[in-house]
Amino acid sequence: MTKSYAGRDASTGSIDDLHGDVAVDEVELAEELLGAADATASDDVAAYALRLGDDALILAQQLGWWISRAPELEEDVALGNIALDLLGHARSLLHYAGTASGRTEDGLAYWRDEPEFRSAWLFEQPNGDFAHTIARQLFAALYFEALYSRLRDSADETLTAIAAKAVKEVAYHVDHAEQWMLRLALGTDESRRRITVAIADLWPYLDELFRDDELIERLDAAPEGAIAARPSALREPVMDAVAGILSACELDAPTVPFAAGGGREGRHSSYLGYLLAEMQVLARKHPGASW
Amino acid sequence: MSTPGAEPDEPWPLWEVFVRANRGLSHVHVGSLHAPDTEMAIRNARDVYTRRNEGVSIWVVPAEAITTSDPDARDAFFESPAGKNYRHARYYDKAEGVRHL
Repeated sequence: MTKSYAGRDASTGSIDDLHGDVAVDEVELAEELLGAADATASDDVAAYALRLGDDALILAQQLGWWISRAPELEEDVALGNIALDLLGHARSLLHYAGTASGRTEDGLAYWRDEPEFRSAWLFEQPNGDFAHTIARQLFAALYFEALYSRLRDSADETLTAIAAKAVKEVAYHVDHAEQWMLRLALGTDESRRRITVAIADLWPYLDELFRDDELIERLDAAPEGAIAARPSALREPVMDAVAGILSACELDAPTVPFAAGGGREGRHSSYLGYLLAEMQVLARKHPGASW
Repeated sequence: MSTPGAEPDEPWPLWEVFVRANRGLSHVHVGSLHAPDTEMAIRNARDVYTRRNEGVSIWVVPAEAITTSDPDARDAFFESPAGKNYRHARYYDKAEGVRHL
């Protein structure tokens, strides 16, 4: 397919043409995918990339909801930018994951059902009010930052290339979340009340991010060197950073039990189904559609 | 100015944004935006005005800190140079014997 903007052609004058024939150049977009173009993931590496890609994809879909609904237009754009960064990570990771089974990034995003998604529960938690979205952003961005900064040392070249680009982007996501944490926590009584509730509501979903399992052990023991960023090794840097920002916000860490989790095995809360239904309906209703 | 957000209906203050596209060029006014304070203003400017590689440096200035000339007084304000060529040095003959001019 080629990129075509029919409305620009002087011979086709009608206004309708401006919106009638815009095709996305998949070849051009493919050049933006990171890592070696012909790299093929092993089954284990693909399973790992799928986890990371699903985390980014689900959070991107969640943040997109805010566009037109944030407190100000400027915040619409900020959250939209973050969502697009995450979507870029998801594209590269899901493309790489798909190389093991011959599936495309779109095939993985639109044609899997809930039990096939490997995202952690934190990312499917509802947007809630603005404070809940910021609390989720804080935890997610600090997790991504610790993850990608370590993944730059992976023995897998495609993962290191993705991580090297992502780590710069998530540093800004951390900054965005921290700035809002400070303003909500130290702002008005109402904003402080809301962010306190939000931190307590999202806190139970932190633990799942730091759990190792058999896949991680196998990737850690790979003959070419450690491929995954070990989740348990991320706990200390992430929780230290969380403690730092909570202290600056004059908030106490909540004492609430951890959620069961299970997203890495395909067990999800009821929120994911609704989210996927909205994300996938167009692609499933019109298979092969382009715009 | 009261604390932004103290009143439920109070919008964030307005900021004017200046972006420098490249080293060696001047900052150019690109538009305005709302933000609660300076730190958020510079971040919002980054998101709204430089998301497609437009710049290497951003200034934000509180809109209320800018004093503008009165648009209604434009004629009186900018008219005077016209028809006054004597203001330009090039209409004067150089005196003989003046060197390096």
